[in-house]
Amino acid sequence: MTMIMNAVPSLAAAGYVLSTVLYCVYLFRQKDILQRTAFVLALSGFAFHTLSLVGDMIRLGYLPVLNLGNALTLSAWSVAVVFIVFRLRLKIKVMGIYAAPLAALTYIASLNIPEIPSETPQIFKSTWLVLHVMMALIGEAALAMACGAGVLYLIQEHAIKSKKRGFFYSRLPSLEQLDAAAYTSIVVGFTVFTLGLILGLVYSKMVWHRFASWDPKEIWSGISWLVYAALVHERIAVGWRGRRAAIMAVIAFGLLLFSFLGVNLLIGGHHGGFTPWTAG
Amino acid sequence: MLDIVLTGLNHTTAPVSLRERLAFTSDESAEAIETLKQDPSISEVMLFSTCNRVEVLMTARNGEEALNAVKLYISRTKAASIEDFEPHLYTYYGHKAVRHIFRVASGLDSMVMGEPQILGQIKEAFRITVKKKASGVVLNRLFHRTFHVAKRVRTETGIGDSAVSISYAAIELAKKIFGDLEHRKVLLVGAGEMAELAVEHLIRNKVGDIFVANRTFERGLELATRFSGQALRFEEIPSALETVDIIISSTGAPQVVIGRDMVKQAVRHRRNRSLFFIDIAVPRDIDPDINKLPNCYVYDIDDLKGVIDENMENRMKEAVKAERIIDEAVVFFGRWLEGLSVVPTIVDLREKISAMARMELDKTLSSSLKHLPEKDSLALSRMMDALINKILHDPILFLKTKSSHRDEAAGLSLARQLFNLDETE
Repeated sequence: MTMIMNAVPSLAAAGYVLSTVLYCVYLFRQKDILQRTAFVLALSGFAFHTLSLVGDMIRLGYLPVLNLGNALTLSAWSVAVVFIVFRLRLKIKVMGIYAAPLAALTYIASLNIPEIPSETPQIFKSTWLVLHVMMALIGEAALAMACGAGVLYLIQEHAIKSKKRGFFYSRLPSLEQLDAAAYTSIVVGFTVFTLGLILGLVYSKMVWHRFASWDPKEIWSGISWLVYAALVHERIAVGWRGRRAAIMAVIAFGLLLFSFLGVNLLIGGHHGGFTPWTAG
Repeated sequence: MLDIVLTGLNHTTAPVSLRERLAFTSDESAEAIETLKQDPSISEVMLFSTCNRVEVLMTARNGEEALNAVKLYISRTKAASIEDFEPHLYTYYGHKAVRHIFRVASGLDSMVMGEPQILGQIKEAFRITVKKKASGVVLNRLFHRTFHVAKRVRTETGIGDSAVSISYAAIELAKKIFGDLEHRKVLLVGAGEMAELAVEHLIRNKVGDIFVANRTFERGLELATRFSGQALRFEEIPSALETVDIIISSTGAPQVVIGRDMVKQAVRHRRNRSLFFIDIAVPRDIDPDINKLPNCYVYDIDDLKGVIDENMENRMKEAVKAERIIDEAVVFFGRWLEGLSVVPTIVDLREKISAMARMELDKTLSSSLKHLPEKDSLALSRMMDALINKILHDPILFLKTKSSHRDEAAGLSLARQLFNLDETE
């Protein structure tokens, strides 16, 4: 049984990697069967990944969300969930071209981060905390999809506007579809991310008796949140769309990525348990 | 042995003046087929005539005679001397004729490479042939294969994928901007043949309301009625820009009709929804600087021509794949045709019956008659051979004599079907 469970992460990684490869081939050779097979591979990668997470939960009695390795594997899982749901709902076939490699890279990175055995404090075993982390990560995954759709929008917009068309023109969907996909991803991602942040605040109040302790991760997440809030607001109020909205979606995701990784790697704070080797 | 013969002329071999002189209407084609099939040298005949080609395809016992009959018929009905058109004719026999008809039906021989109309025209011509009972086993099979090949070329290569006309290119671009064109509103500024063509294509794509703005309101009204749209005065263009999505302009105005500032105002009111300007006019109607505004796209006639040139290059690349599909089909058809002569059919027939009998005999000899001595089993096998010869005597005689009198192919094809000799392919 343990032997089988040990093979599961490799199978999940293989699923994601093969899916990535097929999506790349699909980009060049536009055969629908490639894209469909790639999606099935992503699904199988996701199934094994879920199995491996469930295995961990049974073994430990809680879902480990403490260190960077845990966070990355959950991020990869969130990206996969969000991608699968969006792919089925939004019908944008090329989405896999960024979602599959993102899941694959994140997951492989998580497998290669050395596990540092440490005593897990009781406060990191709470369901509240798991919910806070999962919501934040799923929200971030949706915002990553928005960033990807934004990049594709910028490529396609340039192809049409410059009148050069080129490699991507025939391979990417219409501007309208890409814009709608990015906007839907942002609305979904922003909502879930906000809920994740609120849960974090509530949990902080419960264990530390204060909503915020102004550690760098909280500050940077707050800044990213404000940028997304502005983006959604402008869309609703004055109909911000197209190129400007796409650029904003990319920049905002850059900020978010920094608050997810950069803060831990460069600055520190009470979320520093993620990266014990940098925490002071 | 029957020969497949094709003769004809097309846009590369004959000038338009000759093509229009020799063109056949569908009534004339029917009449021609009726007459030609009476000719003793021709067994099957099909004729098709489009604005770019006139071709006659026949199966004949003697190709030369059949050709002469066709030339005489054309010169008689079209009041042209044979010397006038003979230098412009091409003639193909056998597999070259088969390849030619496959290429024509797939659009590879068309003036606009890969255009799809030709297939419909050939289907129509073949319908007339069938109606006139001028097609037999070979032509029926040949056209069945032709339609199959043309369909394969269309689905397996990108030969018909990209737009190669101005109006199609514009619509293709509109689809890359708006995705679905359903319910998108269209404004036609000025009138012109190409612009009207584009509007017709858009209507086929189920666009929403259509507005027409023209300098002379009456002419605009006329156009608007035709497209069941709404006529606007020229002064109403700025406010129309707030609601429409696609603008097609083709006025004869010497200066710009829609300027950058006008559009900039409109963009704000339409909350940044995309605007696509198609400028077919020379001199241009739409300020090219509008292309620099966010979510506004301007394509003028040269830009559209650029799209077409690029698409044409793609079609040329796809044509190579199409030729490969055709090569394959020509080989398959050739094999079928070869089987349709007397000797191979007799051989196939004998082999099939012998194999069946041998199998059954072996089965019996190795089971219920296992106790028979070798001498007896040899006798049985001799008896079986004699029986086969007796049974096949009359069918073979029929193939050798009766079937070759009139429609040889029909008799052979019947025999092959009756004994199921073409199991593969």
